[in-house]
Amino acid sequence: MGQTEELSYNSKIEGDVVLTTMDSAINWMRKNSLWPMPMGLACCAIELMAASCARFDIARFGAEVMRFSPRQADLLIVAGTVTYKMAYAVKRIYDQMPEPKWVIAMGACASSGGMYRSYAVLQGIDQLLPVDVYISGCPPRPEALLDGLLRIQGKIDADPSLRRLKRAA
Amino acid sequence: MSNAEAVEKLRASLGTKVQAVGEFRGETTVRIDLSAVQEAAKLLKEIGYRTLLDLTSVDHLGEEPRFEIVYHFFAAASGELLRLKGRVTGEEPTAPSLAGVYATANWQEREAFDMMGIRFAGHPDLRRILMWEGYPFFPLRKDFPLEGKDSDAGEMAFSRRAPLEGGPFVTRPAAESGEREPRAHPAEELPEETL
Repeated sequence: MGQTEELSYNSKIEGDVVLTTMDSAINWMRKNSLWPMPMGLACCAIELMAASCARFDIARFGAEVMRFSPRQADLLIVAGTVTYKMAYAVKRIYDQMPEPKWVIAMGACASSGGMYRSYAVLQGIDQLLPVDVYISGCPPRPEALLDGLLRIQGKIDADPSLRRLKRAA
Repeated sequence: MSNAEAVEKLRASLGTKVQAVGEFRGETTVRIDLSAVQEAAKLLKEIGYRTLLDLTSVDHLGEEPRFEIVYHFFAAASGELLRLKGRVTGEEPTAPSLAGVYATANWQEREAFDMMGIRFAGHPDLRRILMWEGYPFFPLRKDFPLEGKDSDAGEMAFSRRAPLEGGPFVTRPAAESGEREPRAHPAEELPEETL
């Protein structure tokens, strides 16, 4: 991985200089300090909590700062069953998050409604939000969540951040 | 106070509004005219049935009167459970509210209103409790489809029909249990009332 090479740069021998592109630098910073907004709506939230505790330790991937304010978060983890009554609340929270932002649909319910083929449950949060990563499972194991997080990191890594920033400016 | 005594008191106080008294597996069910339910509840509360455990409703689609309200009262001193049942009907079925007698009836009646569309006369705050304000249907009625109906309550919420390919996902009767679940007991081993 490019990241290991960067970390293995030896400043004593090569001086305090790092040669890289703006894109990789920005992406490197973004992907290793994702601040998740834990949208815990059902049992998936328990696995989400487990993922942030010592055994699975989401802090290894820099995403341990769970923010309960959307304005301080850049990764929305929709963990659990989204009912129609809750749907617009989730969308409002997403809308309040600053750009750039990513969304994980964690578990069967958030991805597709899961076992709730019923009148009360939104059949997948992707009807309202642009989802980046779907995690299967009912609920998914914490390892699955960490894998989803790594995939988000991979996606951020491939992002043309600078071009996007220029376009915005 | 035992159930038998309570039933006697109910008979004495309500007269012909007690329609029937049944016993099944040690449980007593009193069918009453719901216009007297407040009176009955007050009486039961006085004689020791101080807990309203449950207030729920049943939809007997195709029968008349269509809706049945079921009350479970519990007496802590004797440990006995008494069930009261009564029917209501009409487009807007209405029963008297027990919220003034048992505070717990407040939310339970709101649930019965929300899910089954039964109105409770004299309820202090009859709003939906599970579905959102503005939802136009009563989803636990038998003629409401499992997949739901389209609705739009503006900024509050919306709902769409769920896809039911391969469905409907409902439990088949016990007579087909062998097919449904190979480890289940075959139909001839089951007691008759479950079939």
